[in-house]
Amino acid sequence: MANWIPLWLHKLSSPPVFYRFAGSLRPWAITLAVLLGVIALYGGLVLAPSDYQQGNDYRIIFIHVPCAWMSLFIYGVMGVAAFIALVWRIKLAEVIAMASAPIGAAFTFITLVTGSLWGERMWGTWWTWDARLTSELVLLFLYLGVIALYHSFEDRRQGARTAAFLALIGIINVPIVHFSVNWWNTLHQGSTIRLLGPSTIATSMLWPLLTMMAATKLYYIASLFGRARVDLLTLESGKDWVRQIAQNEVRG
Amino acid sequence: MNGASLSSFFAMGGYAVYVWPAYGVFIIVLLMDWLAPQFRRRRVLREVRSRMARQDGRKARASAPASLEEEGRGEGLRLP
Repeated sequence: MANWIPLWLHKLSSPPVFYRFAGSLRPWAITLAVLLGVIALYGGLVLAPSDYQQGNDYRIIFIHVPCAWMSLFIYGVMGVAAFIALVWRIKLAEVIAMASAPIGAAFTFITLVTGSLWGERMWGTWWTWDARLTSELVLLFLYLGVIALYHSFEDRRQGARTAAFLALIGIINVPIVHFSVNWWNTLHQGSTIRLLGPSTIATSMLWPLLTMMAATKLYYIASLFGRARVDLLTLESGKDWVRQIAQNEVRG
Repeated sequence: MNGASLSSFFAMGGYAVYVWPAYGVFIIVLLMDWLAPQFRRRRVLREVRSRMARQDGRKARASAPASLEEEGRGEGLRLP
């Protein structure tokens, strides 16, 4: 078995190495994210035809659905990082888990607001306590709970481990959000995009959606790396490598 | 795109009040998420620098009396 992979991962988990690695990748990720985002917006707002039932209102889908996917995906990443942080006590895993929470909360918030704007016209209500909407709201509260718990400890690492525990318990909610439209009779429509079997959406609407999905994924990488870098600087503020960066910054 | 089609684009077939706020929230929330850590980074590095300056100052004060003493001793040695 190739043992350079664990070796590389072990090296990468060292704070200064990850700081440099993330710093070199971040500009590429954000540039590509903005580029793909603009293409997706053009495709979704201009090129895609209006829906035969929903007119132009359906165009909210091009941000609502990618953000909803991200809200679940980021929770998954946070859960895995939290697990690693609790079992192996790796500092970088704690940082990744805690840096993911605010980004996930942002995407969940966007999902709820855009869904509400969409629902007002299509369902005639801003909000209803239906399974999909309620479980997505619970997801937002889980994110906010993780953030609050993390900041309620004087010792950041202890706070991170306690919050990681909450993040791990809350992962039960992820499949509930995903399958809520199948398990319960809800007002929310089922998925139109399927990994298995044909999707029930026109190609002219599908490609902006998938492009936006790629853009949000890349944005998450860029934002996560930015936040993780600052968290590492904070955690290691007494160390030499941080002092060097602080001094270089004032010159540059 | 001419003027008429541009205004019809912004009208979004009567759904402008729903579509544009949705896109606005998307952009603004992500922009805030992007900027917050940048400001925090600047603050953290400033704190590190001021802590370093304080430590340097303490070191300088700690070594100052010793050097004075040495000077005094040096003079004392030279006097007799």
